[in-house]
Amino acid sequence: MDSTPLDAALRKLAPRLGGELAGPARRLSGGASQETWAFDLTTGGGKTRRLILRKRPDGLERDPDRTAGLDTEAALIRLAEAAGAPVPGVVHVCEPEDGLGEAYVMARIEGETLGRRIVRDEAFARVRPGLAYRCGEVLARIHAITLADLPLLPRSDASAELEKYEEIYRRSGAERPIFELAFKRLRRQAPPELSPVLVHGDFRNGNLMIHPEHGLTAVLDWELAHVGDRAADLGWLCVNSWRFGGDKPVGGFGDYADLLAGYEAGGGEPVALERLLYWQTLGSLKWGVMCLIMYGAYASGGDPSVERAMIGRRVSETEIDLVNLLA
Amino acid sequence: MISHPTSAELLDAVSRFLEQQVAPQMKDRDAFLVRVAVNALATVKREGGAGAAMETGASSRLVDLLGHDGCFTDLNRELCEAIRAGAIPDDSPELLAHLRASAIDQIGIDQPNYSGLKQALLAGGTDGAGRTR
Repeated sequence: MDSTPLDAALRKLAPRLGGELAGPARRLSGGASQETWAFDLTTGGGKTRRLILRKRPDGLERDPDRTAGLDTEAALIRLAEAAGAPVPGVVHVCEPEDGLGEAYVMARIEGETLGRRIVRDEAFARVRPGLAYRCGEVLARIHAITLADLPLLPRSDASAELEKYEEIYRRSGAERPIFELAFKRLRRQAPPELSPVLVHGDFRNGNLMIHPEHGLTAVLDWELAHVGDRAADLGWLCVNSWRFGGDKPVGGFGDYADLLAGYEAGGGEPVALERLLYWQTLGSLKWGVMCLIMYGAYASGGDPSVERAMIGRRVSETEIDLVNLLA
Repeated sequence: MISHPTSAELLDAVSRFLEQQVAPQMKDRDAFLVRVAVNALATVKREGGAGAAMETGASSRLVDLLGHDGCFTDLNRELCEAIRAGAIPDDSPELLAHLRASAIDQIGIDQPNYSGLKQALLAGGTDGAGRTR
């Protein structure tokens, strides 16, 4: 018998995915706003098919202004694949009768997503030097996707991002003078608009599957995708919170110049470092507000985990980064 | 202060229990959550040591910045409103020095090994007590 309703639902779905459920699904750590479960199927030939279930947590309402639905996420992954970006193949988008809620099933790609290991472990020493350049190339592929092909997505430039996150900050009731300063400064310095592109929205160390020999093998976590400024993705990748103690600015593993060179080589319209740094600063501010949102789920009783409580104490890492960037 | 044991000793005892007895038995997400729990206790311990001095230091800087007395919460709120309204210029050196010292103090409690702290201190920042650490 299955010990959880999730395993029972996966067992029922398994034949449509080409096999039988080989054992209980395992919840993977990471993914603070989506659940990620690893599970295996035994296929007809006795082989093992390794899969991932991406699932919205039960009882967590989606904020349609902030995150794409998982069906949209699956559609974006398919478009990115066609555009030549490395992604995990989508195997099945769940329907209500699957009993899994809002979810989809995708291939489980070999590699590592833990930022700390990617930045420090000897196993990745060989691929690290080329990673920033490769990230630039891949972002250029994603940004080249024709806007007309996209599912309906929110549209957001720097001013709109600031407005959105300032409103969330105000509603949180937190009083953070460094955030006040950052909102004011970034609003005044908002760069002139470029032609908008598909922005991944969470392209950073931790959401990138890195293989010790093949480098970047999959871009994950598409839930914050939107249409906006190409420099938003480049800056977000350089936010200090995603460097995991690494010395180098791009994800802790690379240099700005390599990222921007890869972006141009991949066909991306050239982006000035100054514009990237503006978005890096906005990125630190955004991550700070996101930490407040996630702490809010603890404060309201929606998610009583120690993880949700503690994420509120990551606000101060964004404050020290903002001070370093602005003061 | 209550002693035999102190709160810091109690926190140490619970941390050690979690790390040595509980953590080895946990897998996947629970193993991760035990690490988070141990971090939470370490944060509470650091706050117990430095939190009060941090608030006293911040309050005294706020009194200088705003020109009148008050409790930390009221003064901090007033500063937020002043920045938002432009009553204090967002490049004022006194303001920036206060924000830098506050950020240095708080990250010292929340994540003392965070790289941004080292960077702020290298750039000449001092904590609320004027130490460069």
